[in-house]
Amino acid sequence: MAEKRRIKLTVNGVEMEGEAEPRTLLVHFIRDTLGLTGTHIGCDTGHCGCCTIIMNGVSVKSCMVLAYQAEGADILTIEGLAKDGKLHPIQEAFWENHGLQCGYCTPGQIMSAYFLLSRNPKPTEEEIRRGLEGNYCRCTGYVNIIKSVKAAAEKMSK
Amino acid sequence: MTEALLSKEIPVPRKWVGTPIKAKEFPRLITGQGRYVDDIKIPNMLYAALLRSPYAHAKIKRIDTSKAEKLPGVVAIVTQEDVLKYCKPYPQIVPPPADKLLDYCIAVDKVRFAGEPVAAVAATERAIAEDACELIEVEYEPLPPVMDAEEALKPDAPLVHEEVGTNLVWHEVFDYGDVDKAFAEADKVISLKLHHHRYGGAPTETHAVVADYDKGTGVLTIYCNNQMPMFCMALIGLSFNMPTDKIRIITPDIGGGFGSKILSYTYMMLISILAMKAGRPVKWMEDRRENLASGTHCNEATFYVEAAVKKDGTILGIKAKTLHDVGAYLRYEPVGALLWIQVSSGPYRFKNLRMDVNAIVTNKGPVAPIRGYGRIQHLWMLERTVEQVARQLGLDPIEVKLKNYVRPEEMPYVSPSGATYDSGDYPTALKKALQMINYDEWRRKQPELWRQGRFVGIGAALFQDSGTNNFAQVRLIYKNNPFSGNSRMAEMWMDEFGRIIVAVGSNPHGQCHETVVSQVVADVFGVTPDDVFVVPGFDSWVHGWTGHSGSYASQFAVSGIGAVLGAAKRLREKIATIAAHMLKAKPEDLEFKEGKVCVKGTDRCVAFWQVANLAYRNNLELPEGVEPGLRVIYTWKAPFKLPDLEKKTVNATLTYSYQAHACVVEVDPETGKVKILDYAVVDDCGVPINPHIVEGQVHGSTMNGIAAALFEEYVYSKDTGQLLASTFMDYLFPTALEIPDIKVDHMISPSPFTELGTKGVGEGSLVPLGSIAGAIEDALSPLGVVITDSHNPPERIYRMIKEAQKKRK
Repeated sequence: MAEKRRIKLTVNGVEMEGEAEPRTLLVHFIRDTLGLTGTHIGCDTGHCGCCTIIMNGVSVKSCMVLAYQAEGADILTIEGLAKDGKLHPIQEAFWENHGLQCGYCTPGQIMSAYFLLSRNPKPTEEEIRRGLEGNYCRCTGYVNIIKSVKAAAEKMSK
Repeated sequence: MTEALLSKEIPVPRKWVGTPIKAKEFPRLITGQGRYVDDIKIPNMLYAALLRSPYAHAKIKRIDTSKAEKLPGVVAIVTQEDVLKYCKPYPQIVPPPADKLLDYCIAVDKVRFAGEPVAAVAATERAIAEDACELIEVEYEPLPPVMDAEEALKPDAPLVHEEVGTNLVWHEVFDYGDVDKAFAEADKVISLKLHHHRYGGAPTETHAVVADYDKGTGVLTIYCNNQMPMFCMALIGLSFNMPTDKIRIITPDIGGGFGSKILSYTYMMLISILAMKAGRPVKWMEDRRENLASGTHCNEATFYVEAAVKKDGTILGIKAKTLHDVGAYLRYEPVGALLWIQVSSGPYRFKNLRMDVNAIVTNKGPVAPIRGYGRIQHLWMLERTVEQVARQLGLDPIEVKLKNYVRPEEMPYVSPSGATYDSGDYPTALKKALQMINYDEWRRKQPELWRQGRFVGIGAALFQDSGTNNFAQVRLIYKNNPFSGNSRMAEMWMDEFGRIIVAVGSNPHGQCHETVVSQVVADVFGVTPDDVFVVPGFDSWVHGWTGHSGSYASQFAVSGIGAVLGAAKRLREKIATIAAHMLKAKPEDLEFKEGKVCVKGTDRCVAFWQVANLAYRNNLELPEGVEPGLRVIYTWKAPFKLPDLEKKTVNATLTYSYQAHACVVEVDPETGKVKILDYAVVDDCGVPINPHIVEGQVHGSTMNGIAAALFEEYVYSKDTGQLLASTFMDYLFPTALEIPDIKVDHMISPSPFTELGTKGVGEGSLVPLGSIAGAIEDALSPLGVVITDSHNPPERIYRMIKEAQKKRK
């Protein structure tokens, strides 16, 4: 076991810090050290996308990033999306369109949708599918996820 | 359909049942506030990692944990020695000799599949536990693995379980009607060999356990994501030889299951042993590679089928020999080899059926009751057979299906096995699905497309989703099995503020039971779903349960809701009795509305909280003979009968939802890749409680079917027994790019056997396996290709095309 180092970063607008080994994955650091368990782990090989977060404005799979690499980073996780008890329009759209079932992949889906809509506020269906390609869902057949992202884009353009 | 919403005694208007309200569970899940097992932290908790076998079949000669024990941070290590100290082998449900099969939560003396646990380590950090696994030395003596059901039956085949003496663990012949007469009268006999491949649930959340043994009280608390924990409770109690009052099982939010999470009791026990040995709580979260390798795949099956048919496509009878490869241990088997009995003739009306059923152990991962369990294999076999009947007679497969379907006026229909299909209109559903893909238009265009070298085909299939199972069917495996019927328990109470609280023994993982229960209860009490609190998750110390409790086998809308309705009526009756006393009226003259009980047609009312006040704090005002408190329990029992062991018939399931699927596909002859051009589903699950939730289940089971038909397979090396699909890179979980838009329409045929006319829904039986196989065969019909495998990735199709073209030259 290598020596631990202190990592400082900003998560959901709050400055946080904690210790990590060189091999600690960012997702484990966020969940176990910072205690933000909304970010989930579905594979640890970078396929499923359950651990998707926004790091310095870009969506990343946090199982593919080492905690060390997040030193000084600005991170947004699912917990940071709703403001003052009000849901983000993407969250509202997922709720209204039954865009989830078991909810395990949902934080990752929502964070990927957040990134997609930040870059492309009016995506076509094809662009939504490409934008969410890295996020597996076993429950919904993606049908209502696509519908939710379309609805979110409309809400956000208003 | 709209009348008789609730019981005859208490007619209640339907306001919330049938309404697509937003799911009550979702606000916590979309904000990252869901609580899954991996989110649980207990003070002083350790983290576990498992060492798994690299061999498919090998003797364990020696296990040396001494180096691992010395690693700083390691607290406890469990191997076969500890397991034998704590556990007896799991009981089996098969007749002799396979009842002697020894199965534990860890490999004992021998490993029987690659990925079987051999040791478990608990340490202060997960990474340390994983490091320690690498320091454990295991000496193996590799044995030849047996990786195929037919090979396993050969006299010189290696034995997976020497204690059984054969790899054939269950064999039975079921003979219904007069099969020999049907074959004697046939114009033609069609023969086929078919293979149904291994795929699985692969939920995004893998298996997870937190075990906490309290030395003070002797209570073992197991937090887990098992979807049928009360089934496990009995197994754990028997294997640990521990009184079940000392075992508490808790399931929080669960990240998908699809049947795979029924079998996690082996992990629940292994991690519990670690916790008992370490004297500290232990968490274990399976990683994805483990999840794929450790089994919980669907039943793999080989079929030798013969169909006796008339020239006009009428099916007279079917004979099938089935070989189920159930993997290395039985666990829930051989139930999967039996469950065809729920859908014995599928949607068809032939009366003569002979099933020669064989369950066989091999050195693959053990199978689990995966979505559509045991029925999909059979329904897919029937569908392939009927399509080949049509093609070999020169008839249109869709016409032959429509001709042979059970007719709506024949419902309820008793199938050859005694399973009674409750209601439905199969021909209309199929035609509707075909209209949704513009069937006539595609058929008209098809010859021209073929001329252009475009292989476009149409497929359609209808599968039933049998729900609410009669456990007595397992007596057809072994007459002494002490199980029968089906039941659910619900507890309901009104608190002293007039709020209604419900606890149901179920373990939902996406089925939104909190929402549907609230809808049903709201209608009974004249309140809104927001006025009803459904206790989330499951806790065996909080939720009333029976041995059938859990979330499996398409049934909550029947069994769970049956219990909820029973409890609601009991509670309502008690409230009405007290309110009648307070209002000086007769209970039958009262109505429940907006949190009050009122005398009909007047403004004389008492609020729920006023009634509750008498019940809880002011009981000298209660009417004579009324017990204080407002808390009731109701246990629902399914109206089943025991099987006829002579005839081997049983009313195996209570309700029959069904889905008709139609699709258009195009096969690229250069690559063998299949593209879905259009996909439509017509679903009928009786009266839907929440159409949003039903539609979600339809989408999901359709995706599972498309994934199984075209993408996912647990491929094993025949030589080494290694699982080759060991990550999501190889086990092709489809993404949003692979799954097309799925058009859905509904029909409603209320079940005559349930109070609300509901039917269980959720498994959907993965109909795309049938529709896509049919569409590919149709697309390639100019080449005369016959689809005989349920998995059709590009490589297989490419080879079939090349072979067909070679034959034509």
